[in-house]
Amino acid sequence: MKIQVQEQDFDVGGELAALAAGAPDAGGIASFLGLVRETSDGSAVAGMTLEHYPAMTRKALEDIVAQAAARWMLRDVVVIHRVGALQPGDRIVLVAVASAHRGEAFAACEFIMDMLKTQAPFWKKERTPAGERWVEARASDDAAARRWR
Amino acid sequence: MKVKLLYFAVLRERFGTAEETLELPGEQARVAALIDQLRRRGDPWTEFLATDYPYRVAVNQQLAGLVSPLKDGDEVAIFPPVTGG
Repeated sequence: MKIQVQEQDFDVGGELAALAAGAPDAGGIASFLGLVRETSDGSAVAGMTLEHYPAMTRKALEDIVAQAAARWMLRDVVVIHRVGALQPGDRIVLVAVASAHRGEAFAACEFIMDMLKTQAPFWKKERTPAGERWVEARASDDAAARRWR
Repeated sequence: MKVKLLYFAVLRERFGTAEETLELPGEQARVAALIDQLRRRGDPWTEFLATDYPYRVAVNQQLAGLVSPLKDGDEVAIFPPVTGG
């Protein structure tokens, strides 16, 4: 299991290759790559800053991955989340799950993202032509997380 | 008892501080008592710790609720709903 919170970018191909190499008995890998949008709620986004709670972030991500590992038979998991200043098109988050079969990998990947969106202590502040604004949490994200209860 | 308070995102900006130490009466308390004490400061505390604002609380880096117990030396973080991913 690899969980990282970092300012620097990451290499998606390299991460997936390393995950595959470390889980030779896996039948496949499902992954999600999150990107900074160019527009948000109708406004152009010039960039954003991602704040987090350093002492808690890693613990929260480990807890989410542990919940996923208890629900599905996973071979290995990678979660990388960036913080700091980001530009439109930049990679924000990578979740990749290696498992024996695709069903478990797809489900666990979606579960980890849904929980990360609602439980991991990250906050986005966008820069738009109208000024800076904190991104508001979406009810649809809460609904997505509730599906797994 | 004393607890260390941390604020994040819009709460950090509006409260004008990222952290403070708060003295609470007694040897133990619940999160609700801490929130009540902060609300008595007036705005912007009342605005962001109102029952209709969905603020979140973590005690020692674990998400907590109003009934969660507090003890001396705990780290209590208060923040808006998270927006990562």
